[in-house]
Amino acid sequence: MAGKAKDEILYDHNHDGIDRRGFLKCMAWAGTGALCVMSGGVLKSYSLSRLPELGPKEAMGELSFVQISDSHMGFNKPANPDVAGTLKAAVDKINGLSAAPEFMLHTGDISHLSKPEEFDTVDQILKGVKPKDVFYVPGEHDVLNDDGKQFLERYGKGSKGGGWYSFDKKGAHFIGLVNVMNLKAGGLGTLGHDQLEWLEDDVKHLKHSTPIVVFAHIPLWSVYPEWGWGTEDSAQALAYLKKFGSVTVLNGHIHQVMQKVEGNVTFHTACSTAFPQPQPGKADSPGPMKVPAEQLKSVLGITDVNYVQGQQALAVVDSTLA
Amino acid sequence: MRRSVFIAVLAATLVIGMGTIAMGQNRFLAGAQEKPAAAEVKIDNFSFGPATLTVAVGTTVTWTNRDDIPHTVVSTDDPKAFKSKVLDTDEKFTFTFSKAGTYPYFCSIHPKMTGKIVVQ
Repeated sequence: MAGKAKDEILYDHNHDGIDRRGFLKCMAWAGTGALCVMSGGVLKSYSLSRLPELGPKEAMGELSFVQISDSHMGFNKPANPDVAGTLKAAVDKINGLSAAPEFMLHTGDISHLSKPEEFDTVDQILKGVKPKDVFYVPGEHDVLNDDGKQFLERYGKGSKGGGWYSFDKKGAHFIGLVNVMNLKAGGLGTLGHDQLEWLEDDVKHLKHSTPIVVFAHIPLWSVYPEWGWGTEDSAQALAYLKKFGSVTVLNGHIHQVMQKVEGNVTFHTACSTAFPQPQPGKADSPGPMKVPAEQLKSVLGITDVNYVQGQQALAVVDSTLA
Repeated sequence: MRRSVFIAVLAATLVIGMGTIAMGQNRFLAGAQEKPAAAEVKIDNFSFGPATLTVAVGTTVTWTNRDDIPHTVVSTDDPKAFKSKVLDTDEKFTFTFSKAGTYPYFCSIHPKMTGKIVVQ
């Protein structure tokens, strides 16, 4: 693993394993503030030179927000019999961040069975989080039975079509995409023609220096197609974003942290606040993964994102709930 | 007295006898339609088992979700031949196939899950 011999831990996004020395070093860092991420036994590390100093908001940066994902309210099987409790733990974690985030993104699977009471419970719990603005995109579990009608009524104000929209914060442009509707047999996530046309138009007049943050439920890169972990037509979407100097793609769905960098685009998936899932190919199916109860919170988490104007990349830091 | 007892016993025997034959006939008919056990698809580990099920016209197929995650059973034909509501663990969906043909379907939540019912 790169960076073995130094104190600095270098970014190594394609690495699949880690040696003991690197692991121990990373765990030491994790104790001081979550610069390392443990996910399903694989450690992902972040270059210190790419992170602004952690500290009060003023010293830290200009924009700070948090992403949570896959709360699956209503799930009650052995992998986690208390998803409300772990969501509350995520809220506590967010409220405890040294730099209070300005707003929050939820990248979908808010509910487990699209039931009104499940959405209500999440709304209730999130009332306790410090950032008052929460932006949602649906997961496939949120649009069951009614083609997303309920989701749109609750969270889709101002959105287009199946619930896509964009907004600006401190000079960065945020785009919420929907890739969980009209799924075809044997297929992956899909954005669809209308949404792609809207996206092309939405970013057409933006300056190349505008940092772009795209958030959607299913990963917009091919993580593991065998398990449906990818989006069929994301290449077209990324083509429209090619001109920008900094693109950060935030996804959920796979219930573990994964990251990939391709040119100016950083892809990142978040942990779930409900239950973990196995790493690609490491199990028969991508279902809920049971871990010993005392380890559960260490495989669930939140993602803190900071943007310093003038810096290319956004700093993406994951923390577990443990 | 003995004659009426005799008639009563004879009548009872006839009734029981007819009842037994009737039951036997039912079983015979069931045998002809066959495979109540095989007209089942188990949903588990993000897959339909068996992936392809062949049944006779008129069979009712029951899908049971044994997975710890919800799934659906949705025909891929247009218009859809059948569409279940969301099935949580242990919930079932049934559909009676009254016409011969091949009926591919998938889980609309996890579209990689596909299956087929062949009705002959």
